Parts: sequence; structure tokens; C-alpha cells
Amino acid sequence: MPVQTVAPKIEVRASTTPPPASPGKAKVAVRDLDFFYGRVQALHNISLEIPERIVMAFIGPSGCGKSTFLRTLNRMNDVIPGTRVGGKVLIDDHDIYEPGTDVVELRRRVGMVFQKSNPFPKSIFDNVAYGLRINRVTNSKSELADRVEQALQDAALWNEVKDRLKTSALSLSGGQQQRLCIARALAIRPEVLLMDEPASALDPIATSKIEELIFDLKERYTIVIVTHNMQQAARVSDTTAFFLLGKLIEVNSTEKMFTAPNEKLTEDYITGRFG
Amino acid sequence: MTNYGHADQMRRATSAVMTTLTALCTVLAVAALVVILFYIAWQGIGSLSLQFLIDRPRPVGEGGGIGNAIVGSLVLLLISSAFGLPLGICVGVYLSEIGRGRFGGTVRFIVDTLTGIPSIVTGVFVYAILVLPMKHFSAFAGGVALALIMIPIVARTTEEMLKLVPHSLREGALALGAPQWRVILGVVIPAAAPGIATGAMLAIARVSGETAPLLFTAFGSRFFPTSLNEPIASLTVQIYNYAISPYDEWHAQAWAATLVLMTLVLGINIIVRFLTRRKF
Repeated sequence: MPVQTVAPKIEVRASTTPPPASPGKAKVAVRDLDFFYGRVQALHNISLEIPERIVMAFIGPSGCGKSTFLRTLNRMNDVIPGTRVGGKVLIDDHDIYEPGTDVVELRRRVGMVFQKSNPFPKSIFDNVAYGLRINRVTNSKSELADRVEQALQDAALWNEVKDRLKTSALSLSGGQQQRLCIARALAIRPEVLLMDEPASALDPIATSKIEELIFDLKERYTIVIVTHNMQQAARVSDTTAFFLLGKLIEVNSTEKMFTAPNEKLTEDYITGRFG
Repeated sequence: MTNYGHADQMRRATSAVMTTLTALCTVLAVAALVVILFYIAWQGIGSLSLQFLIDRPRPVGEGGGIGNAIVGSLVLLLISSAFGLPLGICVGVYLSEIGRGRFGGTVRFIVDTLTGIPSIVTGVFVYAILVLPMKHFSAFAGGVALALIMIPIVARTTEEMLKLVPHSLREGALALGAPQWRVILGVVIPAAAPGIATGAMLAIARVSGETAPLLFTAFGSRFFPTSLNEPIASLTVQIYNYAISPYDEWHAQAWAATLVLMTLVLGINIIVRFLTRRKF
């Protein structure tokens, strides 16, 4: 029986700010990236360009390397002992793996939101102010308060917490905690925001709030999101990259990816033949 | 009712027996502690008076008290905490956050060995390196001896508490552009603070009961301390001296001093717990 043309029941949301027809220079350009955990090679020769101010989603089955790849973009893998990187990751044409790169500065520019929300055991205000304080963004108390408010507004959390900024961040619900972590990352105004399955532990309502947020944020930020959920990738992203067994199989516009992918493997994955 | 069969009955019976056993053990352990506390209170309360708490020792028959020993014990605890707590916490931070390699393993082994050294050995050691060169006993030497006992306890509890802090918190701070030292000082240590304080408490409680190392170092005194460079009284040495004396009055005073020592440890415990209670 001939394989039917892919007809996934996945809605692709029309982008309000479509990516430019001929995207300019890439914000992030990855060239021939290899990555090893000890002797195990987790990523094989990956090359990829991420244009500015779009949302790119990484999809693929568990263990395919999408989270590992995401973490190479702000060198978060450096903290894991025994890891090794080959190839280049250029952000604004600068290789972040060049010796002498200021990793602290890099992470300020490339923010990250983790799968499991990880608010510090501090007050809501102090959580958001943490990045501002350690980076000495401002000495003025009122400016600090303004930046915290702005970040919480951007993360669509302000109205829920404005009356209890001094209470513990751990008193928030799971979805609120994750938006707090987003606010914390936004407060230092990164250029790129990496999100590692930001909604995987949340209920549908909290998830939709996060998705709304991503949609709004891409006007100002370049966002890369790892997700297990293909509907989510289809809803929020402009471009989608499909990973399998540490290899990048296909990068395409999300619309094309979910209706007529170029690769057979992508098609099989999206239609649920494996994974 | 459904019959789940023989295996199921066995399971239920085993569960009931085990639950009863653990409960029994708990009752036994707690009962021993309660008996000790009540016995000390019963024996000691008779000799307690304000005069006893503020006076210094007098010859038999003239009353006297343990005021100088209370002050002495507090001074010794202050000196030992001033050296022992910061050093121990630093070692714990090193073991948990920085020293993961072979050197860290060696340090951990040495710290574990230090925990097991009998306290009298520590006393003799400090006698050799401090008391002999200085040619006299001193409060300072006593404090150092107690600090040496504290360091490994504090180091290991600090390390264990820091390891309980989820790795995701460290990553969260690093991802915001925090250098490692700020992650440790600003996020990891505050998150583990109640646990670290508990470790410090354990160490303080442990050394406040030490007698042997003080015999070689602080020695004891019948007067209120005037300087850290002279012998100093302590509750434990005072209790020891009174308990081995042939006089009933001093025996009663030893019981009362024991009660005071236990109250002191309890008091420090409550204060530290209050100061480090989880705010968030």
C-alpha cells in the first residue's frame, strides 16, 4: 500500500510577524558541531542557522540530542565534567568556543529557561532581580524595581504577583514558577532565549499561557525552543528543526515541516511511525 | 470480601510486625533520653540557685557556684566556633562544589578520619603544639582543641547539605551569567543554610560536652577569666572535678552543673534554629 501523503491534523498558526523573505545575517550560526559526553558522541556534524527574531523549535524523540544541542548555544554543557565540543557556534559572527570567550557575558546575552522550573529560594522580587544584581545592571533602587516590573509584565505574571513581591517564589504554582523563571531570564534583556521544554511539566492552561508568551516575545527576542510536543512546535514556531540520534535531519519552515517535509524520516516521525 | 490468599496475609503480618518493631525501637530510644533528662533535673535542681549560677567555687561547706565555669564554657565555645565553623564550612563548600577530583577524595578521607580521632588525642596534640611552647595552659589552647574537633563534623555536614541543593538551581544561576563564586555564595549556601546551621549546632553541642581535651589545654580555674592567655574554667571540667571529689556537697553541685550545661546546649540550639528558620 503506497504511503499516503502526510496529512497531520496539526494546525499551523499564521505568524503575525512573518520572518523576512530573505533573512539577513543569522543571529546564531552553527558549523560542523560535534559533541561528546566522554567517549559517547551525542551530536554529529550539525550545521544550522537561526535568523534573528524568529521562533525556532527543535523536535525529535527522547535522547536525540536536541537538549544537548540547545545547551551548546550558551555553553551550559561546560558545567558537566568530561564533555567536549568540536566545530563552531557563531553568535553575531563570533565563535563562542574560541579561547578567551567570556562565558559569563555569553550567558547574559543568551538566556535560558529550563524544563523544570528552578526559582531560587528567595522572594519573587529577588528572583527576578538576581540577574540584574549580579550583572550590576543598575545601582538605583527605583530602576531595579522598574526593570523587575517590566520583566514580570513581559512574562505575563505581573498582575498575579504585584501585591506579593516579597513572598517566597516557592509559594507560586508550577505554571507561575515557570513564568517567573522566564521573567528572570528576560530581566537582563538577553538577545537570544533558549527554552528547554518549558511547558512539559505544566497543565494545558499554564502551557497555553507560556505559548502565548513565546508568541509575543519573538517581536524582540530570538527564541529557540525544545519541545516534545509537535502540536506545540506547530503552534509557536516559525521554523522547525528535526533531530534524530544526534543528527540534524531537516530544517524547514514550520508550515512546510508539518505538511510536506522534505525528508522521509521527518515524515515518519511526524506521522507517528516511530518516536 | 475478596480473599487474597496466603501470600497476602503474610505480607500484612510482616508489615504489622515491622511497624510495631520500629515503633518499639523509637519508644526505647526516646525513653532513655527522657529518663536521663529527668534524672539530671531531679538530682540537679536541689542545688540550683541564683547564687550558684553567678558565684565562683568556694571550699567545701561554704557554698560557692559555677559562674566562672559558665563564662569559661561560653568563652571556649566562642573561640572554637570562631575558628572551627568558618574553616569547616569552607572545607565543606570545597568538597561539594569545587574539589571533585582525586584531591577532593583524599581530603574527604582525611576529614572522615579526623572525625574518628578520640578527643583526648586532640587534647594531647594541642598540648604539644601550643601549651608546651607557651609554657602554660590557656583558654586559647582550649578553644583551638575544640575547634579541631568541630572542623571535620562541620565540613561533612556542610558538604552533605550542599549536595542536597538541586543542580537545577546552580544551572539557573549560571544561565543568568553568574560566576561560580556568586552562585555558591548567593544561591547554593543560602538554600542550604538551615542544614548547615544544624551541622554547626551538632558540632557545638558535641564540643560543649568535651572534657578530655580541655584537661590538657584550658586546664580549669577557680576564678573568673580575665584573659584568653590564662587557664580557664569550663562546665565539663568543673563537673569532672566535683564528681570525683569525696564530698556530697560537691556531688550535688556537679549534678546542678550538668543540668546547667544541658540547658545551655538546648538554649543555643533553639536560638540558632530561630535565627536560621526558613524564610522562603
